[in-house]
Amino acid sequence: MKHLYRKLEKPVTVAVLLLGTAIALNAQTQLLNVSYDPTREFYEEYNRLFAQHWKATTGQDVVINQSHGGSGKQARAVIDGLEADVVTLALAYDIDAIAQNGLLEKDWQSKLPYNSTPYTSTIVLLVRKGNPLHIRDWDDLTRPGVKVITPNPKTSGGARWNYLAAWGYALRKSGNNEQSAREFMKKLYGNVPVLDSGARGSTTTFVQRGVGDVLIAWENEALLALKEFGSDKFEIVIPSATILAEPPVAVVDKVAHQHGTEKVAHAYLEYLYSPEAQDLAAKYFYRPRLKAVADKYANVFPKVNTFTVLEGCGGWQNAQAKHFSDGGTFDQIYGK
Amino acid sequence: MPIKRANKSWKFVTRSSPLPGFRLSFTFTMIYLTAIVLIPLAAILLHASRQGFIGFLHTVTAPRVLASYRVTLGSAVVAASLSAVFGMLLAWVLARYDFPGKRVVDALVDLPFALPTAVAGISLTALYTEKGWIGRYLEPHGIHVAFTPVGIVMAMSFVGFPFVVRSVQPVLEDLDPAMEEAAASLGANVWQRFTRVIAPVAFPALLTGTALAFARAAGEYGSVIFIAGNMPMKTEITTLLIVTKLEEYDYSGAAAIAGAMLALSFSIMLLVNLLQWWGQRREGKRT
Repeated sequence: MKHLYRKLEKPVTVAVLLLGTAIALNAQTQLLNVSYDPTREFYEEYNRLFAQHWKATTGQDVVINQSHGGSGKQARAVIDGLEADVVTLALAYDIDAIAQNGLLEKDWQSKLPYNSTPYTSTIVLLVRKGNPLHIRDWDDLTRPGVKVITPNPKTSGGARWNYLAAWGYALRKSGNNEQSAREFMKKLYGNVPVLDSGARGSTTTFVQRGVGDVLIAWENEALLALKEFGSDKFEIVIPSATILAEPPVAVVDKVAHQHGTEKVAHAYLEYLYSPEAQDLAAKYFYRPRLKAVADKYANVFPKVNTFTVLEGCGGWQNAQAKHFSDGGTFDQIYGK
Repeated sequence: MPIKRANKSWKFVTRSSPLPGFRLSFTFTMIYLTAIVLIPLAAILLHASRQGFIGFLHTVTAPRVLASYRVTLGSAVVAASLSAVFGMLLAWVLARYDFPGKRVVDALVDLPFALPTAVAGISLTALYTEKGWIGRYLEPHGIHVAFTPVGIVMAMSFVGFPFVVRSVQPVLEDLDPAMEEAAASLGANVWQRFTRVIAPVAFPALLTGTALAFARAAGEYGSVIFIAGNMPMKTEITTLLIVTKLEEYDYSGAAAIAGAMLALSFSIMLLVNLLQWWGQRREGKRT
């Protein structure tokens, strides 16, 4: 018996210690931020920044966990029970879908400044160095022989911004003539040889596989590609008009209430609007909202002529129903 | 009384096995099968039934969905046939010949099982695009692999052929060469030896392996989406459409297409099983 006790002593002590640490860790406040793919590095650094800020102002420790994936997939995970205290996704439509399932209030987007979007981006064109095909604007993407790379808007939230940017431009140019906008889109997507299922996939196809002449991309992804692969290989073309991409953030009220993390969750999102966080967003190539910070990075982000989803397409619910649902304008492009 | 009858029928089932523990293992099997296979399948049917029969029919017969069945099942049939031919050949070589590095080749066959399919898809795409190692020599001759059905077949063959090799190889290894020698000594020529001695033994295993390769190909997602190009009506596979539906929060639509795909695959598998059963019966009658 004594022998057995001695044998067990060590593992039992270790187990008790481990359990103790686990409980101690649990006693800290924890937040889960469910986000989309390209924000991974930004939030890693922002979480450290916020934890310091929270410790300095309240004396409490907070641990923030992150989850990343395609925006729509992430929203579905939250609907299906992933316990996110906050969501920071690529488009409002995905957070709307979570709201429709009763996890947060339907007017969530009016709760934080600037449509609950602390940073923005825009849709630009990435071309090969020297711009051999002289691509200057959206019209050039419909020229015969120009190969355009963009992901499938039905499977990628990011790609829906691309589609709406082109659509909004076509509408404005034709004086709101939908018929001609439709023909414009048909020509443009007729030039697309590959529809990847996600935005990063398209970037890989264009940058690493060397397929296509022009990539329609988020500005932050395009700037990142320049940084990673060298500005001697690619250049960015800013079209004459494009969409203001607003990736929104929201507290998932129901989950935060259950976890008792409402206060810290709200603070987490509000701090995104602070000068420090705005500066960090700019470093990761998202356009800051604060004018003082935006001015500082004026050489990174040139002036663009943008329209919002509301101005260009009457909001996300309309855009989704009209363009991306079954039989919508995107399906018509490929219909018989 | 009824209890006794029930007991009798249990005994009837177990009689053939000398091993004890039938009830325990049977119960466990059924619970396991229910949890792992039946409940998820029932959930698909339940989700699919939410939109009603007309809605279901409308979803699964939309032109884009029909085109995707053609692409998926067509490519899977071609891929499975290729796997059958080359898998059989490889199994034959592995079972009958000794050569240096045989162990390595044998281990390589299992690689597609272990490799994450997305990795396979990405590397195949990297090789076969117009700037890729192999693609750059093919493209000038007008041979396009990446972003065409050829690429889809290639990815599907990659994930499918080990099933054929692993099904046929043990059967060929068990086949006693003395049988062939006996056939030869009785005057059978090479062709007769193959069709009369080897084929009857290897065929059921080949059929099983090919059916598995087909099933795997039809349900494949990870490796195919990278190389397919995913153009609607042309190179869009059915599993991608299911993901597309989910992305639109259309759970019942996704489940409907999944259900249709399930039914199609199941009927093809059933057909293969019937073929096998018929083959065995014919074989049984002859001997």
